[in-house]
Amino acid sequence: MSDILETGGEQLLAALRHVLEGKGIATTDEIQERMAVTDAANPGQGARMVAKAWVDPAYRRAMLQDGAAAAEAIGIPMRGMPPLGVLENTPETHHLVVCTLCSCYPRAVLGYPPFWFKSAAYRARAVRDPRGLLAEFGTLIAPDRKLRVIDSTADYRWMVLPMRPAGTEGSSESELASLVREGDMIGVTVPAMRALQGEKR
Amino acid sequence: MSEALAAGSRIKVRDDWPEARGPCHIRTPHYLRGRNGVVLRRLGSFPNPEDLAFALPAAVLPLYHVAFRRADIWPDVTTDDELLVEIYQHWLEPA
Repeated sequence: MSDILETGGEQLLAALRHVLEGKGIATTDEIQERMAVTDAANPGQGARMVAKAWVDPAYRRAMLQDGAAAAEAIGIPMRGMPPLGVLENTPETHHLVVCTLCSCYPRAVLGYPPFWFKSAAYRARAVRDPRGLLAEFGTLIAPDRKLRVIDSTADYRWMVLPMRPAGTEGSSESELASLVREGDMIGVTVPAMRALQGEKR
Repeated sequence: MSEALAAGSRIKVRDDWPEARGPCHIRTPHYLRGRNGVVLRRLGSFPNPEDLAFALPAAVLPLYHVAFRRADIWPDVTTDDELLVEIYQHWLEPA
């Protein structure tokens, strides 16, 4: 045991890869591809999808139909990742995503979850007191607007397609993408004019 | 329940507590057991994670997105807010 503990990480990794390949579980190329997927994943990827959906109605429809295919269509690698579902916020309905059981998160398009996403407090309050929780994030949902909490319990991963902020009619797709933060795609916040106005958050 | 459920089907989540019987892995949140909901749509079919977790052969089961009124779960809720949760077919029975 102590031999293992004292072995360098690189050496252990090489040995593990050798075993995975030898047993036909994963090839070197597959491991490299998965590492590239992990490295490339960050909220900027999801923000690109959102911005495109705001300017391209056909893309928006495709994204709501099959999030993973829509991600791949703009070059986000999804092979080996769980299916991605997209929930669209509307004037009638706001969506909030949580995983009460553990920490399911659409990592391919949002990267690693924020630290609070896995906290017991967030997971409990998102289902038990979602409006109170959102208020603490500064997000007030009108009483007559429906709030839909998505408890991500199984094989899908979920992201929110927020509403396009007012006043962005003349903005380019990349400007729009710069407005979208990870919280907007979880549903705890909504995108605002902050970046275009030079506001600090 | 073995036949596929159509969108709009009224269901009840089985009021079952396998964790009281021994080690298990469950993807059906405790706050939904015994509660009524409505199938929104079928999401596809996936190997049963309750078996996968123990490296057992896993049946491929239909998975549904099921909507629940929060007010049906917690009596103090006064809004029309909903919960939308992925639930495997073997946890659903007719309401």
